[in-house]
Parts: sequence; structure tokens; C-alpha cells
Amino acid sequence: MMETLLPYMSWLPAELQYLVVTLIKIVAIVIPLFIIVAYYTYAERKVIGYMQIRVGPNRVGPKGLFQPFADMFKLMFKEIVVPTNANIYLFIIAPVLAFAPAMAAWAVIPFNDTLVFSDINAGLLYILAMTSLGVYGVIIAGWASNSKYALLGAMRSAAQIVAYEIAMGFALVGVLMASGSLNLGDIVDAQRGDWSNWFFIPLLPLFLVYFIAGVAETNRAPFDVAEGESEIVAGFHVEYSGMTFAVFFLAEYANMILISMLTALMFLGGWLSPWPELLPDSIFWLFFKTGIFMLLFLWFRATFPRYRYDQIMRLGWKVLLPVTIVWLVVEGVMVYYQVGPWAA
Amino acid sequence: MLNRIKYYLKSFTFWELLKGLSVTGRYFFKKKFTVQYPEQKTPLSPRFRGLHALRRYANGEERCIACKLCEAVCPALAITIESEQRADGTRRTTRYDIDLFKCIYCGFCEEACPVDSIVETDIFEYHFENRGENIMTKEMLLEIGDKYEARIAASKSADAVYR
Repeated sequence: MMETLLPYMSWLPAELQYLVVTLIKIVAIVIPLFIIVAYYTYAERKVIGYMQIRVGPNRVGPKGLFQPFADMFKLMFKEIVVPTNANIYLFIIAPVLAFAPAMAAWAVIPFNDTLVFSDINAGLLYILAMTSLGVYGVIIAGWASNSKYALLGAMRSAAQIVAYEIAMGFALVGVLMASGSLNLGDIVDAQRGDWSNWFFIPLLPLFLVYFIAGVAETNRAPFDVAEGESEIVAGFHVEYSGMTFAVFFLAEYANMILISMLTALMFLGGWLSPWPELLPDSIFWLFFKTGIFMLLFLWFRATFPRYRYDQIMRLGWKVLLPVTIVWLVVEGVMVYYQVGPWAA
Repeated sequence: MLNRIKYYLKSFTFWELLKGLSVTGRYFFKKKFTVQYPEQKTPLSPRFRGLHALRRYANGEERCIACKLCEAVCPALAITIESEQRADGTRRTTRYDIDLFKCIYCGFCEEACPVDSIVETDIFEYHFENRGENIMTKEMLLEIGDKYEARIAASKSADAVYR
């Protein structure tokens, strides 16, 4: 698709042409992502406001639609305060470490059967690696801040991510067993047919575990102990201000959108239409399904009180992990005896 | 045993979580009561105690007779009065200062005043930009009284029924 641009760049050396096309593709993914992140923060404030019988931001622009830009400019012009005795290099690099994997993970996301930046066969493994790397940003931020609250937040986040990463990984093993591929495009293709072929039916427990673990992975309510406003102020990012703080937020929201889109791809058939005879497959189905999970993130935050720290550990290790393992065994039996979706 | 099964069934179907979600989901569509403040305002009682004012009689003579009852009753010691005899033999204030930082807007000065001179108006949207602006002098108070006399009189007469 981008290759149509190539004739216009024939005066460039061949290697540079490739580089330019790649850069254009990256921009084409990242810029819309930034805009969606900006309006996701706006949607969050509006949705939570509505659920609390308030109206949310409505002063900047019509219906408050320019609020994200106002917030962005404010944060851009604010001073970046570095705490005394903080490790300045780590302090500055931590938000980048949180942000880079959140963006990099988008490289392997297929938007439809042709629209994918990098169609690698170990796509799912790559995603797991990238989402796990994000925690280093949080831990380093907490450590480099030279603040007890930040350190507490970092420790909590580390323990939590370790616990939920495992449940999440196991849930994805179920998807691999069902689809027989690590390539996200192939995973979606394996769900072809109408909505009854989507993986959320045979893998219902794994689907729920995956999304719960995803909410925990992104440090969102009710698993936001790493931030925990009421206990440890803001956890790992207490000492951050201005643009460094904004970058943490960007990473968090980009991760939320990523988890939503992955859930849609792996369990709800991505861009596939629920009734292929009536409606064609299209990228809008993917956006619609992603939107549902994005809304759920906000809905959860407006509804559930924060889990206590030990309860989070209990849920992760003693509930979600056993559930996934049991279901993997059940799925193995189903695959071996060719029942349910494996009847072929 | 049955309770245990019930418990497991409840937790694995997210029964209580879904109930919580349905509550917030219902509230999402409820009518919002937020008052859009600068455009919309809530009604004020005629007894509202806001910015102070000194009133005059209809003939233009200031009401205050420097009895200093308000100064005496003020629990925050916000009022400072100095007085002397005027050429026509009446006693009048030469200084009537209210420190709005000290004032707690209790309305005791208004209650104590025998001639309805010092009143608290329904003005609450005011601010200071420099140090010292929090001290309301006699001239400033009289000016407010002159400017809003109609409103003050209306509030007074509306409340008079209940006194």
C-alpha cells in the first residue's frame, strides 16, 4: 500500500527509500495513537464524571473537546523538578523506558489481513516481551526518585506484574493451543467463520483471566496499588512533573489501548465480522471491539474500590493461575479427543 | 456445603462485580445536576451574609452614629471605629474599617446595629489583588451601600416578615 509512494522517491538511493517508507508507516501508527490517547483521557474524565452524576470537563472548547490539548500544553511548559539526591540519569530515562515498549509493541499489531507494520511469526512472544519490559520504567522511576512513596510504589508494581504476567502468559498459551500459531494475523484467521468460532467461547475462563490480568498489568483500578493515591500519594511517579509525568501517562494509556486491542484480536476475532454473510469484515470491527474493552477499563475505574495489596497477590496466585492451568488441561483434553471447536 | 457452592458460583460468575457495574451503568444515564456556575447561579436567601456595606437615610445622611456596638460584638475583632463630634453636634465616625481577612461573616454586626447601618449584602463574588485591599474603609463601605441600596432594601423587607 505504501509502496505506491516509491516511484516518487526514485531519486533517493534504494536503502533510503525503504527507510523513508518505514518511517512513514511508523508515523501513520504513532500519530493516530497519540490522538486516541489524548481523547482517551478526555473520555475517561467524561465517562467517570457521568457515572458520578457530574458532567466532566466542559470548559475548554465546545463540550470541553480541547481539554486534552490544554492539559498537554500545560504539562509541556511545566518545570521538570528533579528531587535532591535523585539519580538524574535514571530519573530522566525511566519514563522513556516505560514509554518505548508501550509504543514498540504496536509494531506487530495487525489492523486487518494486510495492514500490519511487521508481520513476524513470533508476534505474540514479542508482545509479551514488550509489555513485560514496561515494568522496568516503573521500577527505575520508583528507585531513582529518592522518595519512600515512589520506592513503595515500585516494589508493589514489581510484585504485582510478576504475579499477573504468569497468569497472562498462561492464558495466551491457551490461545496458542487453539490457533496453532504465534502470528497475530494467523490467530485471527483461525477464528474465521461467524461469531461462534471466536475463541472467547471455548476459552471463556482464559478470556476473563487475560483481561483481568491485562487490567492489573496496566496498573489500572482496581489494581492500581502502584499508584494508590490514598495510601502512597501517586506511587512511582510522585516526584515526576511536566513532560516526564506526561510520558508516564502516555505509556499507561497506550498500554490500556494495546491490551484492549489484543483482547479483541485474540478472543473476539479482531477485524472479523460476527455475521460474515450480512456484514463484511473490516478494520472498524476491530476498532469497535477494542472500544468496548477501552470503555470497560473506565467503567471498572468508576465502579470498583482498590484491591488491598495482599488480596491482589491472593487473586493472582491462588485464583487466576489455578484457573488458567485447569483450563489448559481441559483444553488439552478437548484437543486430544477432538471435541468442540477442534472437531475437525 | 451448599453455602460453599453458592459462594464459588457467585465469585466465578462475577455476580457481585456485575451488580456494581450495573449501578454505575445506570448512573451513567441519570440526569446531571451540576450547576454551570458563571452562567447559572443558585438562588440566594435574603439573609445571605456576604460583603459588608454602610447605608444612608433617604436624605443622604449616613446612618451610622458611632455607637460601636458592632465593634464590641464582633467575635473576630475585625471592626475598628474612631469617632468625633461633628459641627452640627451629632456624633459620627471618622474611621470605620473592616478587615475582611479577620471577618467570619457571622452577621452579628448587622444584628447589633440599632440603626440598620452596617449590613451584609448578597455580594460574594469579589477578590483582592494587592496587599491591604482586604481592609474596607468607611468610604468604600458607603460606596457599596449607595450602589446596592435597592438590593439591600429589598432583602431587608423580604426578611422583615420573619423577624
